[in-house]
Amino acid sequence: MILEEKYRMMQRNFRNFAETEFTKELQEKLDREGGFDWDMHYKMAKYGFLGCKLPRQYGGQGGDTLSYVLMVEEFSRICPVLAIYANTPNSLGSGSLLIYGTEEQKKKYIPQLASGEKKICFALTEPGAGSDAGGVLTRAVEDGDAYILDGRKCFISGAPVSDYAVVYARTNPELKGSKGISMFIVDLKLPGVSLGTPEMKMGINGYPTSDIVLEHVRVPKSELLGPLDKGFAAAMKTLDGGRLGVAAQALGLAQACLEEAVSYSKERRQFGKPICRHQAVSFMIADMATEIAAARELIYNTALEKDAGAKDAPMKCSMCKYYASEMANRVAAKAVQIHGGYGYMKDYRVERLYRDARILTLYEGTSQVQQMVISGNLLR
Amino acid sequence: MRVFVCVKQVPDTSGKVAVREDGTLDRASMQTIINPDDLSAMEAALTLKDACGCRVTAVTMGPKPAEAMLRDLIAMGADDGVLISGREFGGSDTFATSQIIAAALQLLGVGDEDIIFCGRQAIDGDTAQVGPQIAEKLDIPQVTYAGQIEKEGNTLTVRRLLEDGYMTVQVQTPCLITCVKELNKPRYMTVSGILDCFDKPVTVLDYNALKDQPLIDASTIGLKGSPTNIFRSFTPPQKGSGQMLAGTAEEAVGELVRQLTEKHLIG
Amino acid sequence: MAFNSADIEEFRDIWVFCEQRGGVLQETDFELLSEGRKLADERGSRLVGILLGEAVADMASVLGGYGADKVLVCEDPALLVYTTDAYVKVLCDAVMERRPEVLLIGATNIGRDLGPRAAARLHTGLTADCTHLDIDMKNYLQFLRESSTVDVDALKFNMDDSNLKMTRPAFGGHLMATIICPRFRPCMSTVRPGVMKKAAFDQALADACEIERYPVKLEPSQLRTKVLEVVKESRRLVDLVGAEVVVSVGRGISRDPQRGIELANELAGRLGGVVGASRAVTDAGWITSDHQVGQTGKTVHPRIYIALGISGAIQHKAGMQDSELIIAVDTNEHAPIFECADYGIVGDLFEVVPLMLEELK
Repeated sequence: MILEEKYRMMQRNFRNFAETEFTKELQEKLDREGGFDWDMHYKMAKYGFLGCKLPRQYGGQGGDTLSYVLMVEEFSRICPVLAIYANTPNSLGSGSLLIYGTEEQKKKYIPQLASGEKKICFALTEPGAGSDAGGVLTRAVEDGDAYILDGRKCFISGAPVSDYAVVYARTNPELKGSKGISMFIVDLKLPGVSLGTPEMKMGINGYPTSDIVLEHVRVPKSELLGPLDKGFAAAMKTLDGGRLGVAAQALGLAQACLEEAVSYSKERRQFGKPICRHQAVSFMIADMATEIAAARELIYNTALEKDAGAKDAPMKCSMCKYYASEMANRVAAKAVQIHGGYGYMKDYRVERLYRDARILTLYEGTSQVQQMVISGNLLR
Repeated sequence: MRVFVCVKQVPDTSGKVAVREDGTLDRASMQTIINPDDLSAMEAALTLKDACGCRVTAVTMGPKPAEAMLRDLIAMGADDGVLISGREFGGSDTFATSQIIAAALQLLGVGDEDIIFCGRQAIDGDTAQVGPQIAEKLDIPQVTYAGQIEKEGNTLTVRRLLEDGYMTVQVQTPCLITCVKELNKPRYMTVSGILDCFDKPVTVLDYNALKDQPLIDASTIGLKGSPTNIFRSFTPPQKGSGQMLAGTAEEAVGELVRQLTEKHLIG
Repeated sequence: MAFNSADIEEFRDIWVFCEQRGGVLQETDFELLSEGRKLADERGSRLVGILLGEAVADMASVLGGYGADKVLVCEDPALLVYTTDAYVKVLCDAVMERRPEVLLIGATNIGRDLGPRAAARLHTGLTADCTHLDIDMKNYLQFLRESSTVDVDALKFNMDDSNLKMTRPAFGGHLMATIICPRFRPCMSTVRPGVMKKAAFDQALADACEIERYPVKLEPSQLRTKVLEVVKESRRLVDLVGAEVVVSVGRGISRDPQRGIELANELAGRLGGVVGASRAVTDAGWITSDHQVGQTGKTVHPRIYIALGISGAIQHKAGMQDSELIIAVDTNEHAPIFECADYGIVGDLFEVVPLMLEELK
């Protein structure tokens, strides 16, 4: 897609920021030690990246979905983990607030998220409920001016460093399946909230994940987000934007793999010539580049369509996430293959990219869930 | 109070440098960037703006596409941009360039409280001449190699870097300061800055706009007004595939040092 | 007669601006005078040094020892420490009155402040950071033959051209340009420190050097900057990435790691560089990992990279192959490092480096 001047400026700016600030040392430290880099969080906040596509009246930058996609792509191209830092406050966290929040809720929460002062996470998954949100067991029982929440959320990205969580809880046990679920904004400092220990993960170390345990947590009624009992439909809408973000993250990661593979294959010599002169390698590179280009067109176009309110944009967001995340895994595998044994060593960046890629087809709806969404749209 | 920042668009020499057969530079094939020292000058101006709300104007001389660079600077925080552009200005050396920029600054009006920031030098010429020559033509004091700047009222206290240390220099506005990279870390653009920069003014000053300025006449601008000319440009001999130095260790080392000295690489 | 830089016939002599800091003459002064001597001889004119400062007359004859026929000494309390306004005024006053044909200035942070402003005041051209100067065409053509890809003998040149031909690198040495200033005088040039060869000091010449005190006219109102302090600082530590010269050691030092690193340090010190290392060396704990060059370490692109006892594994090369000039020393003549080296020496670094240090003295 030929990008307009303003988008090219953004792309250059995001790239410049990532190339300069996401140092190799920082990336390696995060991968080795996990945790969360607050300095980078505040640095991103300073330039408004955390509020890239949030409206200006709530302290955001007023960018559109394509601006946000370009940001996540460029950040992920250097570091897929740090891309999450900028992604989350723009998508999952504020998404439901923007769509369903009352004016008070928006004014109260979004500016803090855009400025990086506070962080929010998205708590849908439970031990027995992932893709099947109907299995949500967390309960919210009305009690005067509040709801009492009990339950356990798991694999919640960012929970250990968050101030708030958007928690999905069953408010009406009479209703079956995905109905009877509502959203709450839960202050994680409330009595009764505790966190599990951060999970040990295969990749994307440096953005911690843990359980959130709710034991008789008293949440004021003012923190009910969106319509009572209709939270799941809301979750689905929030996930659209987030899926596009993951697609952009996959795109950036794949681009990084391609660049690593190209440069390595020009340097590495076997059988008397650089390995890129061997057709077996050069064709792999051609395949990688072609798939990346296809994904990029799909993602950029969908970003524009989403903002234009195109009817099938939600389905296309799923297509983006499905295609790009699977593509990134194929590309990462080829990049490691081209590196040969070196690609298995931590000295080489593709080793980490390969591990980081693996989450992409899993979180924010597995590939199979995306297939369900896509086919469900077509076979209605 | 207004701060002018003189900036230059330069080819990005950190990548491959494309030299044509005839020894001239193939600029078209190279990416352009904002000269790094000039970005530090811009940051110095924006730091003042953050502190005292002054107006920051980015000024550049160059072909039309240089306007894109001014947009970048506005997205960083500058209030407006001025592009000095005209066929008549082409081929100017540092003397003629400073003549033209000084004329433009006179037209824009440099007030008693104003400051002009420049980068120390541009990476495509490395001359470090245009800044001081603008100051001379505007008859205002200069401080070059600024590594630290403090402002109180109309007095600037500048740490001027030297090879073997520094000197602290005090100067009053209006003045011209050239900034080194070490002075600061230039900020990035913001998303909202990028979205808004297209609504901010960029003025184009061509020959007609400047021709009545006292500093401008045919003998002081463009190729004709440039005291220096290129007599010959050439490429150094191609870097060979490498040379193994034979003989005893003494002979090899002797030959190495001789060749390096001859090429002015050591000495 | 009023000064007009375009009256080029009125200009004579080669001048060198001699810089002093805190009453100490700078090395560039001697280098420029040595080069200026060559130019004065080509032109058949005199070489004059101009020295500004407070109580500096005693140093003037030293400048004669490097070739100055004469030194103009400009003394004033306001010249004690360099300020743009004072130095430009005094230098330009002298140039306007005496009209030198050539004015050379060291391309130091002082010369590069003074030169451009003076050139603008004098309405003449200035070429920055020159690495080679010629007046005589024959010498210039010889220079082109040796240092360029130009087919000199296939081209016609005006052999009587008597302009100062000032050659300087552009774009990190990818391109060289020879600049002239044909219509105005003096031809001004700043010259990179360390580039011109310093002649041997000659006491007889120093004794013969004519010293002239040149009157200084400065009004306080003309001095618009005030120097509050001058601070000397020892060289700041340079990090690997920004270093001009990197001397790296590899497994080849294993016989005596401590001595090997010492040698590298000494060599780096001599060349104004820093010490790097291959991963083998940092893994062994012989040096801290912030010195590591390569895939998992730093990527460097210095002017000169010296690899000592490094075989050149692909991981290491990834971090250094874009250096401008690579010198490799290794005992194994088939070491891959030699594939990317500009100069290779097959030998033991413990033998070769001391010889280098000796040669560089």
